Amino acid sequence: MKRRDFIQKTTAGTALATLSSLGLQSFNTSIKTSKITILHTNDVHSHIDAFTAEDGRNANKGGIARRASLIESFKNENPNTLLFDAGDIFQGTPYFNYYGGELEFKLMSQLKYDAATIGNHDFDNSIEGLYAQLPHAKFEFLSANYDFSNTIMNTHVKPYKIFKKGGIKIGVFGLGIELNGLVDPKMFKETKYLNPIEITQDMTRILKEEQKCDLIICLSHLGYQYKNNDQKISDLKLAALTKNIDLIIGGHTHTFLPKPTIVKNSEGKNMLVNQVGCYGLYLGKIDFYFDSNKNKSTKGTSIIV
Amino acid sequence: MHKGSKVELNFIVFNMRFTHLFFLLYIGVFFSCKQSHLQLTKIEAKRIDVNDSLLVDSKIEAFINPFRERINKDLDSVLSYSVGTFSKTDGALNTAIGNYMADAVYDEANPIFKNRTGYDIDMVLLNHGGIRSILSKGNITKRTAFELMPFENSIVVVALQKPQIDSLIIYLSKAKRAHPISKLKLTLDNDFEILEAKIKGNDINPNKTYYVATNDYLYNGGDNMTFFKTNDSLYVLDYKIRTALIDNFIKNDTINPVRDDRFLQIN
Repeated sequence: MKRRDFIQKTTAGTALATLSSLGLQSFNTSIKTSKITILHTNDVHSHIDAFTAEDGRNANKGGIARRASLIESFKNENPNTLLFDAGDIFQGTPYFNYYGGELEFKLMSQLKYDAATIGNHDFDNSIEGLYAQLPHAKFEFLSANYDFSNTIMNTHVKPYKIFKKGGIKIGVFGLGIELNGLVDPKMFKETKYLNPIEITQDMTRILKEEQKCDLIICLSHLGYQYKNNDQKISDLKLAALTKNIDLIIGGHTHTFLPKPTIVKNSEGKNMLVNQVGCYGLYLGKIDFYFDSNKNKSTKGTSIIV
Repeated sequence: MHKGSKVELNFIVFNMRFTHLFFLLYIGVFFSCKQSHLQLTKIEAKRIDVNDSLLVDSKIEAFINPFRERINKDLDSVLSYSVGTFSKTDGALNTAIGNYMADAVYDEANPIFKNRTGYDIDMVLLNHGGIRSILSKGNITKRTAFELMPFENSIVVVALQKPQIDSLIIYLSKAKRAHPISKLKLTLDNDFEILEAKIKGNDINPNKTYYVATNDYLYNGGDNMTFFKTNDSLYVLDYKIRTALIDNFIKNDTINPVRDDRFLQIN
């Protein structure tokens, strides 16, 4: 109800402005509908070159120069496009061994990635190794549940970022996996891992209630699902236990989902969890269509996957 | 609906003099109202294959090229020569390539370990699955080492007592696989029962601490090697298996590994 009042006031303000300027301009540029395209990768693991024709499993697949042309064509189709990565950018080919991630970050910057979260393998050259490559990254690193305040990464990673595209406010936050037992402590140093569910409750409160985002996306390196470990937090669990997230872009488990999984959140509302395997073999593409109230015939959102 | 518009109407009625603008303004207000009310109505998702049907972005390709060439030049520089083609499937319980890898880990890691601790490594245990490719006849390059060992696993040395060594040996006898070993000699009978187990030529001594070199993956229970976790101490050498292989290739201009009697079944 509060929000409705707020909108009412804003509208009154707009009317006043319209009156005083006889604003035909604003009349013409009013937005009736909007389409936001989200493109995403995860666990690319330094796979810059395509797999060769001789490769036993992924012959002729992947390759960042092909991904670049694909992304460009989607951006030409819809300028209101955002490009994200869900972590484990590093480790997997000699490009990482030789250049320490420099090339990965430079290329992702050229592809105009908007943000990435941090995967466990991104600590493989230690937190200093990650820090050393930051100047090559022209995109944002988002992690809400890694507390870097006692590390060299302090202030270089933000919990969330809000993007505005086509009149739509898109709030994006990042989540990382528990590092203890997975990464050598001497690599992550004093990085503190915070409870992803509690942090998500904070994030969605800020992004939904305070910042009034229209769309909330979580970049997660928690992993899709752990069938043999019921205690372990995963994307599917996080999705079911929280509210107000529209999409979780996942990573870590190298899960090849042919289409996003529809999950009911804690309020019983449908949301999506997606992950596109690894090594840049696939690009995930999710289009969100927004429309005015008047054109909305039925309550709710149709999901076509 | 459109309470907002009603407020506008009242506002306009009080203030308007140009009645011909009334309608236009109403629509203007209506549209800006709509903008604030945009709602998510439809989501469409697709997974796109990245494959050879796509165009290659030539700018990106040109940017990568010098990096690629430098790596290739380095990876393809010749370090050694292999007299034959060796595969991890060449033997039941020990193979030439496995023996080579375990011996190379011993040869390269032992001086580092001894220098740091004053002790010698007593034996090496790796895993059969950790040999990731064949060793082809001909020139050996750094690329060969990346193919054999693409993972970043590092060498660790674990201090074990006889009960853990016994578990290790029982594990090997039950696994019936050519897990690479060095300095351990193990002989099984027809029923895969242990006939003889010696480390550096001696029986397993209940009063001795054994320094077993392996990799961090196995130390952490990889391949169900659970016997490493009860140990006196762990020494992390910060030395990758692959780097040890590269160092060993550089030292030896010819690699000529053999299958031997270190792990055998006697009928």
